[in-house]
Amino acid sequence: MNQNNNQIIRFEEIVKIYHLGKDIDIPVLRGVSCEIKKGEHVAIMGPSGSGKTTMLNIIGCLDKISSGKYFFEGKDISSFDDDALSEIRSKKIGFIFQSYNLIPQLTVLENIEMPLFYQQVDEAKTREKAIKLAHMVGLEDRIKHRPSELSGGQQQRVAIARALMNDPVLILADEPTGNLDSVSGKEIMNLLCGLNEKGTTLIVVTHDANIAKYAGRVLKMLDGRIANEN
Amino acid sequence: MKINLIHLIRIVRHGWKNIWLHKLRSFLTVLGIVFGVASVIAMLAIGEGASYEARKMIESLGSNNIIIRSVKLPSDAKTQQASTLGVYGLTDRDFRKLETIPSVVKIIPAWEMEEDVWCYGKTISARIIGTLPEYKDVMNLSIKTGRYFDEVELQKSEPVAIIGSTVRTSLFPVEDPIGKTIKIKSSYFKVIGIAGEKVFAGASESFMAEDANIAVYIPLTTTRLFFGEYEVKRGPGGVSSWERNWVQYHRFILQVAETDKILTTASLISDVLSQTHKKQDYQIIVPLELLRQAEKTKRIFNIVLGSIAAISLIVGGIGIMNIMLAIVTERTREIGIRRAVGAKKRDIINQFLTESVILSASGGIIGVLLGILIPRIVTKFAGMMTLITPWSVLLSFTISVAVGITFGIYPARKAADLDPIQALRYE
Repeated sequence: MNQNNNQIIRFEEIVKIYHLGKDIDIPVLRGVSCEIKKGEHVAIMGPSGSGKTTMLNIIGCLDKISSGKYFFEGKDISSFDDDALSEIRSKKIGFIFQSYNLIPQLTVLENIEMPLFYQQVDEAKTREKAIKLAHMVGLEDRIKHRPSELSGGQQQRVAIARALMNDPVLILADEPTGNLDSVSGKEIMNLLCGLNEKGTTLIVVTHDANIAKYAGRVLKMLDGRIANEN
Repeated sequence: MKINLIHLIRIVRHGWKNIWLHKLRSFLTVLGIVFGVASVIAMLAIGEGASYEARKMIESLGSNNIIIRSVKLPSDAKTQQASTLGVYGLTDRDFRKLETIPSVVKIIPAWEMEEDVWCYGKTISARIIGTLPEYKDVMNLSIKTGRYFDEVELQKSEPVAIIGSTVRTSLFPVEDPIGKTIKIKSSYFKVIGIAGEKVFAGASESFMAEDANIAVYIPLTTTRLFFGEYEVKRGPGGVSSWERNWVQYHRFILQVAETDKILTTASLISDVLSQTHKKQDYQIIVPLELLRQAEKTKRIFNIVLGSIAAISLIVGGIGIMNIMLAIVTERTREIGIRRAVGAKKRDIINQFLTESVILSASGGIIGVLLGILIPRIVTKFAGMMTLITPWSVLLSFTISVAVGITFGIYPARKAADLDPIQALRYE
């Protein structure tokens, strides 16, 4: 346990059971153990229902585990409450979703700014940083637009800018190219890999082998367990 | 919990944007609050205005006074033929008896008649009041110019008169009336003073307050000398239909030494008068009692108003809650996104609670404006006096904000308690 200096995530026998109704329990994760080091690029693959999205949600502190232990940056956060988990999401993690998940009534810039709103960062600083990130993803001329006025690839780039707003140590992407054509998909993956090269840990859930190729390591999941690691 | 003012302002601005996005829906939502608040302020203003007028009128009778008026009984008119002599009202005997009541400091008698007053061809029907010099003080009469008559003029039965402001404007539209002569019946009087204007609305009759504006005040002894003790009521026909009554006094104004003795004195007066008067051809008016009654009425009025207002504000609040629940459902996905990027439950509560308070408070502001406007319109077109009290504005606005908090907390809680993962998947 002392070698966890360069370890960002460690799962010890994590079990996740969903309770549907009184007597119906659905086990989604059945004892998952794994480690992810800082700066790694990991792809999680598997057929639908294998528990890969649930695993990503647990890594991202959106979901609570039923049993087992979850160490994040060496700290056992298995029993953290909602506020503490929100704090970790707010400071350490950036999310990218398949369906972009931008807020429709806000402009591109306001969407990018959102994570720092909850850290109560000064407004001018927030704006400055958001514009810088919009530049980085190549959308500096679209910052006043609404998400609905952008193409899928552009929306996903907004989502990436938003995910970078809080300088995360960990970026979690759930099928980031699932809704995109192959050209935009490539652009998005290049962007994400570029971030990874700069040292941000990247975990991508996908069932596309081409996307998984970008990763340094692939975790294959089957029926709530890690079936294969390479 | 740290409260950061700058952050709060950002939350409010944020909420305002969301509300502004659906202008019509937001407007319809707050209508309940608007009408609730406006009706509270408007109704209280009208009620307050009415009771203010009533209070002023009663106070003008003097709260330490008891007033006894002669009343012509309607049965007299039926049994007696026209142009025969009727007898009713207060007499010298009553005066002497009432004087013996220890708590009565002074009795000021008044004799009245309706008569035309003439001057250089101009005329006005006025109320001629013969009384004592002290009348001015007990009735709180103000003298604008000139002076009231004094004890010497009373002793000598001088033909002097003080005229009300309406009498002055119709007889002397431009010239100074002081020192001029007016004619009543066949006698001439010198004007020595003008009474200050009294502003009363039409309701004054119901409180037995006299209309001082069309009055002419003359020493009692002078009226006795010139007009005797008869009153003549002109009927619709000729002289034969005129009704003549023998009335010694139309009014006694009794000054009572102490306020807490007023009620016992009033019942004593009632006993004394009932001994000599077979019929009750008099009326005892206790301004203090009227005042208390008016206050009681006002209290009941306020309670009724308060419950109506409370109901309308609750209805308004339910409207807001309804819309907030719809908004939370509509924006479920947004809530999931916000949670994912680090919003705590508290942040979500703040966001939605702020929106519902903005809704109800803007409803409150519109309601206040409307509530200030309505009494002005009522005053202008119905001629009723209205009085907007600051506390009614403050109270109704505070309640509207409180309604926003009360009915916003449940939808906000519901939003915060959503499972982030479920919310993110919501279509």
